[in-house]
Amino acid sequence: MIETRLQFEAVIGLEVHVELATQSKMFCGCRNAFGAKPNTLTCPVCLGMPGTLPVINRRAVEYLCKTGLALDCAIAQFSKFDRKNYFYPDMPKNYQISQYDMPLTTGGVVPLASGKPVRLNRIHLEEDTGKNIHAGGHMAASEYTLIDYNRAGVPLMEIVSEPEIASPEEAEEYLVALKAVLSYIGVSDVKMHEGSLRCDANVSVRPRGATELGTKAEVKNMNSFRSVVRALRFEIERQTELLALGERVIQETRNWDDTRGITYSTRSKEQAHDYRYFPDPDLVPMTIDAQVIEAWRTELPELPLAKRDRLVREYGLSEYEAGILSEDRATADFFEQAARASSEAKQVANWMLGDIRRFLEKHEKTLATAAIKPEQLAELIALVKSGHISGKAAKEVCELLVTEGGDPRAIVQARGLAQVSDSAAVSQIVDEAIAGNQESVTAYKAGKAKALEFIVGQIMKASRGKANVDMVRALLKERLG
Amino acid sequence: MKIAKTAHELSDAIRRKELSSREAVEAALDSAQALDPSLRAYITLLPERARDRAKQLDDRIARGDSADSLGALAGIPVAVKDIFCLEGELTTCGSRILGNFRPPYSATVVNKLEAAGAIIIGKTNMDEFAMGSSCENSAFFPTRNPYDVTRVPGGSSGGSASTVGAGSVPIALGTDTGGSIREPASFCNIVGVKPTYGRVSRYGMIAFASSLDQAGPMTRDIRDAATTLQVMAGHDEMDSTSVDTPVPNYAAALRTDLAGVRIGIVTEFEDSIGRSDAAMAGLYKRAYADLERLGATLVEVHLPHAQYGLATYYLIAPAECSSNLARYDGARYGCRVNESGDVFTMFEHTREAGFGDEVKRRIILGTYALSAGYYDAYYVRAQKVRTLIKRDFDNAFAQCDAIACPAVSCPPFELGAKTQDPVAMYLMDYFTIPMSLAGIPALSVPAGYVNELPVGLQFAAPAFEEARMLGIAHAYEQATHHADQVAPKVLAGAAR
Repeated sequence: MIETRLQFEAVIGLEVHVELATQSKMFCGCRNAFGAKPNTLTCPVCLGMPGTLPVINRRAVEYLCKTGLALDCAIAQFSKFDRKNYFYPDMPKNYQISQYDMPLTTGGVVPLASGKPVRLNRIHLEEDTGKNIHAGGHMAASEYTLIDYNRAGVPLMEIVSEPEIASPEEAEEYLVALKAVLSYIGVSDVKMHEGSLRCDANVSVRPRGATELGTKAEVKNMNSFRSVVRALRFEIERQTELLALGERVIQETRNWDDTRGITYSTRSKEQAHDYRYFPDPDLVPMTIDAQVIEAWRTELPELPLAKRDRLVREYGLSEYEAGILSEDRATADFFEQAARASSEAKQVANWMLGDIRRFLEKHEKTLATAAIKPEQLAELIALVKSGHISGKAAKEVCELLVTEGGDPRAIVQARGLAQVSDSAAVSQIVDEAIAGNQESVTAYKAGKAKALEFIVGQIMKASRGKANVDMVRALLKERLG
Repeated sequence: MKIAKTAHELSDAIRRKELSSREAVEAALDSAQALDPSLRAYITLLPERARDRAKQLDDRIARGDSADSLGALAGIPVAVKDIFCLEGELTTCGSRILGNFRPPYSATVVNKLEAAGAIIIGKTNMDEFAMGSSCENSAFFPTRNPYDVTRVPGGSSGGSASTVGAGSVPIALGTDTGGSIREPASFCNIVGVKPTYGRVSRYGMIAFASSLDQAGPMTRDIRDAATTLQVMAGHDEMDSTSVDTPVPNYAAALRTDLAGVRIGIVTEFEDSIGRSDAAMAGLYKRAYADLERLGATLVEVHLPHAQYGLATYYLIAPAECSSNLARYDGARYGCRVNESGDVFTMFEHTREAGFGDEVKRRIILGTYALSAGYYDAYYVRAQKVRTLIKRDFDNAFAQCDAIACPAVSCPPFELGAKTQDPVAMYLMDYFTIPMSLAGIPALSVPAGYVNELPVGLQFAAPAFEEARMLGIAHAYEQATHHADQVAPKVLAGAAR
């Protein structure tokens, strides 16, 4: 069986929906925000009331085109909006304004960290739907359904990849790379748990080396990168098994059930849907000036992969370190500011990838929401380097910086964490320790090297960790040597 | 003989303080109410709202504000087709599905009219969702023709045409998708103007076919039409299809002769009306002769694709309406039929009960025309023919300044005469649909009578040449005064 399975390969294409972080909605002036009280961010236009008309949000077009430019897409000089007609209660007009045959961008590529390029088919602009909230969680079982239209009309771009992704892990890599680019150009919050980044996958399996695609299933309802990987693993396994048994894969939409760890057929009539696309007569076609496109291009920031390579080059980081630090712009900016302020780039990277990361996780914060500032990290590193505080004390200060921020020197002062590096003071402590631990002194002199560490430990304990441990060790050796 | 005052006559009287706005509004309300049993032109009358506003206006005039500073239509009573949203007031679009709908906003043109001082006295009856040519498709009741109450006022803006024709108000707003201003204007002996597509904002005007719908004035004479269009026209940032070009001074373009003007006579249209109705053909021949007498040169022009207008229109308009009307599902506003079952059952029952037959017919037609496998053969093909029709007009206007042609193929017909034959009803728009498809301005102006029933003459001009079109129609109107020659019979009836 295992051998049979090796004869198959998966082909994955991803459709990523990204809510654009514009001030207002796609076709009206309502505020575009997450988490407001239901139905407070609505107006006659996004509620699709009679006689109302949509007006294109230029900023949304700009954001999409900038995404396209960052991903090497061709920007259409002429583009239009179409209506996608179907009845669903979360859609106020019972049609969605989307783009059918003339998307704003075509082609393009998402370069993965591994170096593999995944080509894009298109990126188009549309409006998001509202949100159905079923009493009891499931539509079928619920007594009633409430609809929140705050999300209805939020600008949504759909990034469609070519079917070129070979594994669940590669799909994750693709999403990480895409998210990095989007966060860099600042067009979206890219928060999967808030739904500002959503992902559907077209998955098919075929005999290894075949050129034709197998029958695909569309997998939906994956709410995290982890669930994307799990869902794809399950679905590939499922399809491979079917094919290995000589059975057929049915073209259908399947939902991922995160709790049960399976995909299941939605048995929806979606395949039979005829969306009756036609150009939206309420909107005029868009023509985008080449000069405007060039202006947008110049506004693009340095992109993640370029930044990664530069961090390696300029700061001597490993590709791994640089890769993680450049995943989002805030982290990369933090790193560069701290590295410039301290000129200890490697130390900055170590702190950021080690303790700061740990403290952020512990306190459920991100660099954006944490109190620590790059200059504070630089200062902290300087305090350690100058021997002003011990490495252990530094961790304590670091956690405080993450949660509360502040001047590291002041924290050290206030908490009495300064390392005793004054040679007279240290020699006094050392002399006292020698006098008080004669047994260990004798043992050390007799050749038991470990005994020295015991005395060091006693000294650190007595000084409550504040004695400069390097100085202590050196002095002890000198006295006992 | 003059059956009622025009807006400019009322306006002059208000300026001279011979008439208060309140008096003008009371007279309009009195007339509308007195004629209502015979005409049924209104779905909603708004007497309190109108009186309040008239009083506010009179107070301002009393405080010393000049009537001019209060706007071009200060104190003038107007009626508004029930397709235009009016904040807080019932706006039904002639449909049961919006039978209880009160929008929290007003249409842009309504706001503009009110900002110019006009006083809205009521919302007029119409064919449901503007689909019809007789006003018999209203979900509530048919409206009748003031010249013969056994006959229809035309449609879909039948209520507006009827109340202006009867002299209750000097101005009403209508909308025209394939002839819904011009045909009822012809039937009710008034002026009806369909502006260039994009000249007037569609915001707040309930959509039937978005690429064709335009709002326009229905008035007793061309001067009032010019004044009203002046108020209505212009770019609206709420409507991306409204065009941002300057609005010329229409009143300044009104002329009294046609020296040097080339008027195109459409060969295909003359052949058609000549074959179908000698009396009608004769009336239009006399109208063209009048134009010549005024100094115009008649030029023969051709619209070879106009014969496909009706077929083209009945693919494009239903296609758009099938999508535009999808929002009426009972979930958010309007009528809801929710007896049992899931939300989709609610949608079905609501739409089944809420829409009338003609609306359902067009939704089905349009859904079919947009369906996979048929889209190219129907919708795309229709759009191509639309382009050819537009090109026909471009070619015609290379030879003439404006086109004169029939507005309708017959005088107003009797109620029920065409209700069993949808295609016969569709044919009523034969002469008006090509201009709608081309997006160009066109109007109907009274041109005489056949069997004492009014008939209108249509003028059409190149896009955004409303000034030219109104000027030519004004010269014709001032030379002929057809509207004043026969009084609406309903007035004689009311007097008795």
